[in-house]
Amino acid sequence: MYLLDAAPAVPLDLILGVVLFWLLIGVAGVLRPRSLRFVSRLLFPLGAVGSVVLMLAALLAVRVPPVVAVLPLGLPDLPFHLRLDALSAFFVMLVGAVALGVSLFSVGYFRRGEGALPGLLCLQYHVFLSSMVMVMLADDAYLFMVAWETMALSSYFLVTTSHRIAEIRRAGFLYLLIAHIGAIAILLCFGVMHGGGGDYTFDALRASELPVFWASTAFLLALFGFGAKAGLLPLHVWLPEAHPAAPSPVSALMSGVMLKTAIYGFLRITFDLLPTPLWWWGVVTLVLGLMTALFGVMFAAVQSDMKRLLAYSSIENIGIIFAGAGLAIIFHAYSNPHLAALALVATLYHCLNHAFFKSLLFLGTGSVLHSTHERNLGKLGGLIRNMPWVAGLSLIGALAIAGLPPLNGFVSEWLLLQAFLFSPGLPNPYLNMLVPLGSAALVLAAALSGYVMVKFYGVIFLGRPREEKLNEARDAGIWERLGLAWFALGCIVFGLFPMAVILLLDHVSLPLVNFTLSAAVSGNSWLLFAPVAAERASYGPLLLLLGITGTLLVTFVAVRVFYHGRTRRGAAWDCGYPEQTSRMQDTAEGFGQPITQIFEPFFRVRRQMPDPFSSEPVYAKTNEDHLWYWLYLPIARANERIASWIGLLQHGRIHLYLLYSFVTLLALLLFMH
Amino acid sequence: MSTLSALPAMPMSVQLINLMASLMLLIAFAMLAQRRIRSLIYLFAWQGAVLAVNCLIVAWYTGHGELYLSAFFTVLLKVIALPLVLHYLIRKLDIQWDVETLINIPTTMLAGIVLVVFAFNLALPISQLAGTITRGTLGIAIAVVLLAFLMMITRRKAVPQVIGFLAMENGLFFAATSATYGMPMVVELGILLDVLMGVLILGIFFFHVREAFDSLDLKHMEKLKESGE
Repeated sequence: MYLLDAAPAVPLDLILGVVLFWLLIGVAGVLRPRSLRFVSRLLFPLGAVGSVVLMLAALLAVRVPPVVAVLPLGLPDLPFHLRLDALSAFFVMLVGAVALGVSLFSVGYFRRGEGALPGLLCLQYHVFLSSMVMVMLADDAYLFMVAWETMALSSYFLVTTSHRIAEIRRAGFLYLLIAHIGAIAILLCFGVMHGGGGDYTFDALRASELPVFWASTAFLLALFGFGAKAGLLPLHVWLPEAHPAAPSPVSALMSGVMLKTAIYGFLRITFDLLPTPLWWWGVVTLVLGLMTALFGVMFAAVQSDMKRLLAYSSIENIGIIFAGAGLAIIFHAYSNPHLAALALVATLYHCLNHAFFKSLLFLGTGSVLHSTHERNLGKLGGLIRNMPWVAGLSLIGALAIAGLPPLNGFVSEWLLLQAFLFSPGLPNPYLNMLVPLGSAALVLAAALSGYVMVKFYGVIFLGRPREEKLNEARDAGIWERLGLAWFALGCIVFGLFPMAVILLLDHVSLPLVNFTLSAAVSGNSWLLFAPVAAERASYGPLLLLLGITGTLLVTFVAVRVFYHGRTRRGAAWDCGYPEQTSRMQDTAEGFGQPITQIFEPFFRVRRQMPDPFSSEPVYAKTNEDHLWYWLYLPIARANERIASWIGLLQHGRIHLYLLYSFVTLLALLLFMH
Repeated sequence: MSTLSALPAMPMSVQLINLMASLMLLIAFAMLAQRRIRSLIYLFAWQGAVLAVNCLIVAWYTGHGELYLSAFFTVLLKVIALPLVLHYLIRKLDIQWDVETLINIPTTMLAGIVLVVFAFNLALPISQLAGTITRGTLGIAIAVVLLAFLMMITRRKAVPQVIGFLAMENGLFFAATSATYGMPMVVELGILLDVLMGVLILGIFFFHVREAFDSLDLKHMEKLKESGE
């Protein structure tokens, strides 16, 4: 620490150094684009080293005061402004942490003959990482948009790695389209905040005193723009298409970090750049977030493609994060810094957790995909025998995402629930009554996500293999295991030592809502974690772990010693079915069936029932998204209709075209006259 | 000609320039009325010559040395080079004779008169502000531009359209000399070069168009649009 006191700019220099280093690695990849050995044995490990440096530098930067810098790049008279404060440092740390695991995993992941050349992939991958860091560091709207668009474009190319498949091209197009619509909204948001005076540095935007109407407009534009990137309802449609299309490490990065850049942007604008928020901003965010969470988890439960399932689960988690942000806005608007800090810390904590467990699971599906060439849950099963490492590490991720203690998913959801349950302290009677209802929705989403994870894990890894070829599946290599283990370690550590994370997040919440939880936390012992007051609620993860381990041990010993002491061996009762095949297991569709039944109005279900007398019965069922038909297709059709009206102008006769310009010229001349 | 008659006594220079301006307008109308491509090219060359003479007169009376150079280039390009290229083109493409117009000639002429009135009306406030000796001719310059545009619209074949385009450029050049004693030399040279290049490219283009459609009639290009509507 003494080193940092002497030179507070060191972390920023280090981070910029890593960005430059990554870009160089990317360029190096292009020099020998065909050599898989060179790219994956040398460049990706080097990139991983860079991410370690990045993560540590950002970890230090969270604790020091903000540092600003001006890069002499960009347009003349329009240099890039940089600023590294606690919020950016936290998210940069997220980038570094996830990039470390994903880069390690990628060393062993990319194979010859899959999609793009390894060198190109390396370039796009590292440009993608660098642009995300630059988004966090940007201190003017100009650099922010440049980095934001670089991020969108590089990730587009990563998504369309296997661009020879039409479906993947379509997914990529949809992604690019929505990313650009969102970017336009963000651009407009900056324009509104700018208000016609000064320049576009964030300092100028902070200083501009917006009237309430324009501040609200800017907020809604930001919600729309960043929501499009994050996958907020109803702009989520690209997520379940793009994630399965991308290679698994890319899905992990996109879901783990790229969605968080949207959260970062949203928090930056709402809490930092705009004036004190209005309460209804928070309500809008909260409601949208809860709807997104429920929608995502419902659709995740009925998917039968493992990566689509995870993509919908990402939508759910983004919904939870936005709900937390909305709650923080409400508390902040009513000047309740303690609860605002609680909600904000829960939100940031969930960002961190989601980055870890979702990356872990996406990488796990990558390993499964590579050894089985199968994404369809209906053709997987029983992989725990052949792939014990992947199965074991994925189990940690699945438990964490399901929100089970003592892993990390539980902590953030518990914190968020605390924030919800304290809302009766608000001075608005309607919110008093309605916000606790939101907590019910949150609990429902959390419970359903547990259901989803049982399905995900059970169908892939447990039971018996549903196909012959699964018996030849091989476990992941050492590099892939390393990547997975890094994320699994994160899930455990953040679950067991929440106080350490909270102390870190306090540095982030302090400048945004002027309050820290550290007083509340440090007042208690390290064993017991109580965010508000020990008598209201407290949580001791280590104690819980001790309890769980103890109970397990006692049970194990008891069963082993006392029960097994009088075991009889005999033929198992086979339920009257002498021959059991792997097809008699519960399928992914079967497991999701209750959800389809209960929430049928939310799905657009299409069933193809077999004829009772058919000798080759076929049963098929698809669950589609109503929003696609109610919102997107009408817009697309309207667009087409308008285009065809405009097409009427096109006659192919050059005289008419000349006449158009002639009439325009005359009209303009007359007008100017 | 209201602005001109308002002047009490016109010096020789203004009278000469007004003469040139009326010749420009006359040639513009003649081009609008002309059906034959060969005659159209002659008219275009004459217009260039008038432009050059006008340039010389302005140069002589105002003492702007670079306008002599402008006049020289105008003669070189618009009186000699471009007409030669166009003659070569129509000989090669064998389209020296009559061309049909989309709208009959008298109607076009009437529309032209309306345009001239419009142009004068438009130029009135500008020429009152201008302090140059040539200010009265601005309306005519705008009229020449608009008439050339009208010719482009009403011709069915591609070569007259190119001539219309070149005549428009003549009008602009005339406007420049009359309003501000010519554009800066660099701009002027750039425009001249552009025009030359444009004609060369269009010439090559014509050969390809004829190869593809067996004709230079523009109605064959109507199929070059989105199908299905």
